[in-house]
Formats: sequence, structure tokens, C-alpha cells
Amino acid sequence: MADSAPVIELSEVRKVYRTGSVEVEALCGVSLSITTGEYVAIMGPSGSGKSTLMHILGCLDVPTAGDYLLSGEDVSTMDEIDLAEVRNRLIGFVFQQFNLLPSLTAQRNVELPLAYAGLARDERARRAREALDRVGLRDRVDHRPGELSGGQQQRVAVARALATDPALVLADEPTGNLDSTATEDVLDLFDELHGHGRTIVLITHEADVAARAARVIHIRDGQIASDEPAVAAAAR
Amino acid sequence: MNWLDTLSNGWDAIRTHKMRSILTSLGILIGIAAVVLTVGLGQGAQQQVAKQLSALGGNLLIVSPGSSTTSGVRGGFGSAATLTEADAAALSSSTAAPDVAGVAPVSQSSSVSVVNGSTNWTTTVVGTTDSWLDVRARKVSTGRFLTADDQKNAAAVTVLASDTASELFGRAEVAVGRSVEINSVQYEVIGVLTSAGSDSTTNLDDQAIVPLSTAKQRIIGGTNRTSVATIYVKATSDSRLSAAYQETNALLAYRHSVTSGSTTDFTITTQQSVIGATSSVSGTLTNLLIGIAALSLLVGGIGVMNIMLVSVKERTREIGLRKALGGTPALIRRQFLSEASILGLTGGLLGVAAGVGGAVVLRRFISDPVAISVPWILIAIGVAIAIGVGFGVYPAARAARLSPIDALRSE
Repeated sequence: MADSAPVIELSEVRKVYRTGSVEVEALCGVSLSITTGEYVAIMGPSGSGKSTLMHILGCLDVPTAGDYLLSGEDVSTMDEIDLAEVRNRLIGFVFQQFNLLPSLTAQRNVELPLAYAGLARDERARRAREALDRVGLRDRVDHRPGELSGGQQQRVAVARALATDPALVLADEPTGNLDSTATEDVLDLFDELHGHGRTIVLITHEADVAARAARVIHIRDGQIASDEPAVAAAAR
Repeated sequence: MNWLDTLSNGWDAIRTHKMRSILTSLGILIGIAAVVLTVGLGQGAQQQVAKQLSALGGNLLIVSPGSSTTSGVRGGFGSAATLTEADAAALSSSTAAPDVAGVAPVSQSSSVSVVNGSTNWTTTVVGTTDSWLDVRARKVSTGRFLTADDQKNAAAVTVLASDTASELFGRAEVAVGRSVEINSVQYEVIGVLTSAGSDSTTNLDDQAIVPLSTAKQRIIGGTNRTSVATIYVKATSDSRLSAAYQETNALLAYRHSVTSGSTTDFTITTQQSVIGATSSVSGTLTNLLIGIAALSLLVGGIGVMNIMLVSVKERTREIGLRKALGGTPALIRRQFLSEASILGLTGGLLGVAAGVGGAVVLRRFISDPVAISVPWILIAIGVAIAIGVGFGVYPAARAARLSPIDALRSE
């Protein structure tokens, strides 16, 4: 039963941006449920509302209307401070640009969310090393991002996302800046995490990346255009 | 994230941009160094004044004659010859003036040539009595001072101040027993005074002391041979100074038949009032300098703000990332504030080091003392941190306000 508990529950989520007197509706009524252990790809052309959806899923922004339950908590009405806490506790981000701090070692980068969680120094170090071990970078803990390849940097970022043991790993175009070998590398890592029961939501515009997920959701004009298993999506 | 983490984060960020951080701290450094130095100079001057005061005797009253009126023309203060040896003798009475410990009448003549063989030295010759030594709080280093007998006999003896003795005899120690010639009369040198430095106007170590009677007969001359130029009055203690002032004033007024303020023919000043005037001038100057130093601190603070704003702009992405990973606005604000305060503290510590170093160096080049005041150093460091924090508030608030989405999106 625990396996099928919903991690994400969106109901009739709308997001309206106001620039001067012009109102732009980026999301117009999105309802969506993702359960624990699912590996979901969200696809869509630019301007489809894909990024807005990702921001709301990642608790970086709140919906104008509608409800969003993340791991059972209603986050749609939270203020900035509570959202920061929720992001820290429940979400592990992986970005297209890696977003590692260049002056810090791999380990210190992975420790960052743990520091915001208020963990003690040695506990932080232990969990950071554990996470780096899991992504196969045991011997790179003291390297700075500049001394690592793109694929390795993204793996450090994945380790950072895993370190807090979040309910959801949210990857925003994680392979957008990688060559094909590194892309394969990172996607294999996601497969492995999925195999271990992680909930992963991956935003991409590349069909072959999306094909690695179990479920593919297409967004068009701020609405869900299709939501089907990856096999069916690939067949079309 | 506790304070230690925040501070170490800040330190990391500062180390990453070494050059920029050094330049930013430099502004604070210069300001703090300037404050430490100017305060040091000001306090040094004040300490010197305090030292002079105690060296000269803080319990000293100086009685000068009033102005004279000749054919309807009033001369300046001190021009009249209204004070006499009899006045001095009256002030010595323990019944009339119980709070007076000692009285020394003085007549002096400046720019008198004192000759030792072929060595010629122009100095001030002071004619006074044996009580002068105690009243002026001076000491004899070798030989003896004048005695009552010297005064009675108008003896041709002299006591030289230390500079005068060394100018005439090469070394002050060898002067006793030798003789000098003043106005073609041979005087035996019976003693040499210890050094006392200089007060605000005169070098106390350059004078020749002779008995008052001798001075009147052979050096000063003039018509009224019983008058004296100044009477120094020493109170029994610092706290009895005002009592001694009252007694001196009353006694002299009675003796000079003064009936109202306008006929007063003498003036009483205290050593403190003379030095107080000098130190208030130097105090004003010090305040002005501190003001200028404070201005330079302000400029340094604006430098910190400038760099912090650039830093926030440059690290927009980092701020976005930190927010995404769970950094609350308060934590982000704290991080940038800690960076600014570390910049301030670094500048402050280096500034104190530079200021103290400058004070040590300055001591070798100028005669004025330069004080190194620990409380002021602590204040300076506190001010430096406060400037860092104060001028870091705005940039930190800007960083805290950034939306994580916009921040992450920026290039």
C-alpha cells in the first residue's frame, strides 16, 4: 500500500502571470497524480507551460489557483519560508546547468542541503560521502567541479539531490548540457535509482530521454495533452 | 545551518575573491588606521599635559602684577611693579595663609649672556629664594640649591638647569664647582637641576638660578629694587588650591588696599588654567582629525556596500541554488551579512595593526608622544564590524529578496 501512496497530487492547478495589464495563463487547470516509486517524464515544446509546471512541482512557485499536495502536505498556500523548508526536506533538484558551487569540493557541494537542514558537521560529511559513493564518485569527494567532467558534475548534483533522502527527485533537463556518453551515464543512474524505488520526475524535450521513463506526460498550451506509459508514447 | 557554518561560508566566499576582498578591506583599513593614529596623537598630547601638570605641581598659583598706568596710559598686565618681596613674605605667614605651603618670589631677566671661558650661552637668569625648588617641584641632580644665607649675603652663586649646564660645560655633571661669568661677574656653580622638560611656552631646562638679592643688585637693575616680577605660591595640596587662592587673593588685596575689582593690581592664575587652555586647543584639533578619519571610514563603508552589491549580482545563480536547496531568506541575508562583517573585521584588524605600527614608527620621528589606547582599539574594531554589517544590510536584503526562479534562470 505504501508503494502506491501519492507523492504528487495536483488538482485543477492554474498559474497566471501578469505583466502590466496583460494576463498570461501558463497553466490552465492541470490535474495530476504521481505515486511513490514512479519514473515520470514531462515533455512539451517551449512555451507549453512545462517550466511553470516544474517550478510549481518543485515548490519554487505557488499556483494561482488549485491545490497541490506534496507527500500529503498542502504546499499551495505556503509562504516563502515554509516553501524553503519543504524544498529542503522533500525535493532533490537536478538542474541542466548542474549548479554546483565552483569554490567547494564535491563533498561540500553535496553537504549544502544537509547544512540547510541543520545537520551536524560530521553527520553531514558521512551522508555526503555515502551519497557520492552511491553515484560512483567515491574517489572524487575532494575534487572541485572544475576538475570533473560534465557527466561527473551532474552525478555530484544527483548525489546532492539524494543526500537529504527526499520524497521526490526533480530533474530539469538533466542531460541538456551533456554529450551522448555522459547522457547515457546519467540516465543509467536514474534507471538505477528508479530500480531502488525512488520517485523521479524528469522534465525534457528529448523523446529518447523521455523514453527511459515509465510514464510520459505531454504538456501543450498549459494543459495535459497526453498521459500514457512510455511504451505507448514511443509507439506513436 | 548554524552561525559557524554561515561564517565559514562567508569566509569561503571572501577567499574565493581574494583581490577584491583585499581592496574592499583596504578602505576600512585606512579609516581605522587613521582613527587609531589620530586618537593616539590626541591622547598622547593629553597624557603629556597631565605629566607636565604633575611635574610643575598641580597645586601652583602664579601671582603676576597688574597693569600700570603712566600719564593716563595703561600698560599691559604684568607691566606694573606692584608685587614686592614683602608681599611674598606676608604670604609665607602660616596664620594669614594657612593653606600656603611655600612662596617663591621671582625676578627674572631673559637673554642674558652666561660665559664659561670661550663658551657663550644666552639664557634666562632667574632670581629667587631657597623655597623656589620646592614650590616649582624641581630637584637638584648634583650639588646643592640656594640657601637662605646665599640670599642674605647676595652671594655670587648660581644653580644651572640641566640644558644650560651641558651647553656651557659639555656635560651637566662636571659643572658643579666651576664658575661662569654673568655681566662681567664670576658666579660659582653650586648645583645643577634635574630635567623637567618644557611647559607650553618655555624650556624649563634652560635657565640659571641666582639668589634674588644678587639678581637685583647685579643683573636686573631698575628703579624699584624691592619689586618682584612673579610670586609663585604652592598650596598645601591639590585639594586646598582654591583655599590657597582665596587666602592669597584676600591678603594681597588687603596689602595693596584694593577696594574694588577695577583697582586690583595683580592677577592670580593657576598652572591648570594655563595648560587647560593649551590642551583644549589640541583637543579641538584631535576632534577635527578624528572627524576626517571617520569620513574616510564612511567612504570605506560605501566601498563595502559597492562590492557586496556587485557580489550579489554576480552570484545571483548561487543565491537561487541556495534557495532551491532550502536556504530561507533569513539564512541568505545572514550569509551576506556575515561576509560583509568579515570584510569589516579584516579591515579593522589590519587597520589597527597599521595604526599601532604607524604609532610606533611615528614615535621615532616626532617628539610628541603617541599613545596606543587599548579601549580605543577595541572600539575601532567594533566600529569596523559595525560598518561591515551596516553597509551590508542593503545588499544582503537584496540577495534575500531574489526569487529562486529568476535567480536560477539568470546567466
